[in-house]
Amino acid sequence: MSGHEITTDVVVIGAGPCGLFAAFELGLLDLKCHFIDILDRPGGQCAELYPEKPIYDIPGFPVVTGQQLTDNLMAQIAPFAPEFHFNRMVNSIDKQADGSFRLVTDADEVFHAKVVVIAAGGGSFQPKRPPVEGIEAYENKSVFYSVRRMDDFRDQDVVIVGGGDSALDWTLNLQPIVRSLTLVHRRDAFKAAPASVNKMRELVMEGKINFLQGQIGSLEGENGQLKHVHLATNAGDLSVPATRLLPFFGLTMKLGPVADWGLALNDNTVVVDTEKFETSVPGIFAIGDINAYPGKLKLILSGFHEAALMAQAAKKIIAPNERVVFQYTTSSTKLQKKLGVA
Amino acid sequence: MEIHVTDQAGETHTLEGLEGWRVMEVIRDWGLNIKAECGGALSCATCHVYVGAEWFDVVGAPSAEEEDMLDSVGDVRPNSRLSCQILMSDALDGLQLTLAASAAKD
Ligand SMILES: Cc1cc2nc3c(=O)[nH]c(=O)nc-3n(C[C@H](O)[C@H](O)[C@H](O)COP(=O)(O)OP(=O)(O)OC[C@H]3O[C@@H](n4cnc5c(N)ncnc54)[C@H](O)[C@@H]3O)c2cc1C
Ligand code: FES
Repeated sequence: MSGHEITTDVVVIGAGPCGLFAAFELGLLDLKCHFIDILDRPGGQCAELYPEKPIYDIPGFPVVTGQQLTDNLMAQIAPFAPEFHFNRMVNSIDKQADGSFRLVTDADEVFHAKVVVIAAGGGSFQPKRPPVEGIEAYENKSVFYSVRRMDDFRDQDVVIVGGGDSALDWTLNLQPIVRSLTLVHRRDAFKAAPASVNKMRELVMEGKINFLQGQIGSLEGENGQLKHVHLATNAGDLSVPATRLLPFFGLTMKLGPVADWGLALNDNTVVVDTEKFETSVPGIFAIGDINAYPGKLKLILSGFHEAALMAQAAKKIIAPNERVVFQYTTSSTKLQKKLGVA
Repeated sequence: MEIHVTDQAGETHTLEGLEGWRVMEVIRDWGLNIKAECGGALSCATCHVYVGAEWFDVVGAPSAEEEDMLDSVGDVRPNSRLSCQILMSDALDGLQLTLAASAAKD
């Protein structure tokens, strides 16, 4: 996908609930949007942190789970056919001479947009780095938080840490091609699917992989090339030969590149006004958990309101000469046509 | 009621706790280095603490769900707890805790 260029009205950074609803408000005003999110699916925190948990304060829904809310929002914005670019992080935003913006992702795609909406929530979801001294020096050389190319693990001594589906799935998938594989988990109970756990146990019985109950103590190697992982296990400290380490401790939110975009910030949030929810850079808006203004409440419903007002302001930038008439979706045939119901 | 919290830098702070508050909320409210990303919903494990030896029996062991969540930090010890799952009460007056490295903000 590199070298790919996309031109659109609006790029929304972050497909959490607030970003998703922005596509609805923008769509009613005939503005087309593209979403970019580092996750592999929509929903932001609702989908990643609490898909099964109930939310009780979405107006009109006495109770709705994180995943249901996401699914409903996706259905609600479907008429406007927003496009989604997942598994990508927006690295940079640059204002062009004509006032538009050029965004570049970590997959080297380029987006041109007249308006940018930052709906980055608590920041981008990134793998949790285990608290092991000096681990940074090994990252992307011999420590990886995901498997992008299986070949990087061929004939290597691989240590996988964790007890969830990622840890178990990669244990099973990599086992046939590695030189050795050790699965490390702090206890002999796994959150992963029982079928994978059973397969893993069979491989241990057959002597094809090792399972050690413990945690990473320290790393040994040089110039980013790992040689040994020292483990603290129930049976005392152990050293395991390792040229690759895959820790799977889930995801955490990190502000990430948002901090480098030249926007006025306040304690890891982006400062906006409360009329348009525009940042210190005209044409770049910020809605949802990522923004800051006096009285801000980090609630989904606040983000919905912010999306509606932001959309009006975005329309004025993109179509300055068009008069926007205030209308209800209940009574406006024009709006209903856009929604595909009239 | 008070709790004594040692931060990741080794400094101990005495914090005023309120009945019914989650210990995580007390620590966060006082501005110590705790990420508590999910706000107490048992969905993140970034409120990880070690309970002082003489307090572990009073506080009690984690639930099965909390044990599952503890799998997502790499520095679990036998006295590990997620502080959002501990409610302040008279019985915990004087509680001693240490913030885990994995609870730190970025
Ligand atoms: C356990 C829990 C329970 C909650 N309960 C409630 C509740 O009952 N009621 C309520 O109103 N709120 C609740 N919240 C808060 C609510 O989830 C947030 O307010 C809401 O998710 C914010 O939505 P958002 O769209 O602003 O951002 P998020 O949901 O945080 O989504 C932001 C998205 O942007 C992506 N992103 C960020 N930066 C980049 C980048 N540079 N490139 C690419 N992608 C990027 C992230 O990966 C993420 O997917 C709860 C939160 C948690 C964790
Ligand atoms: S604050 Fe997230 S688990 Fe305690």
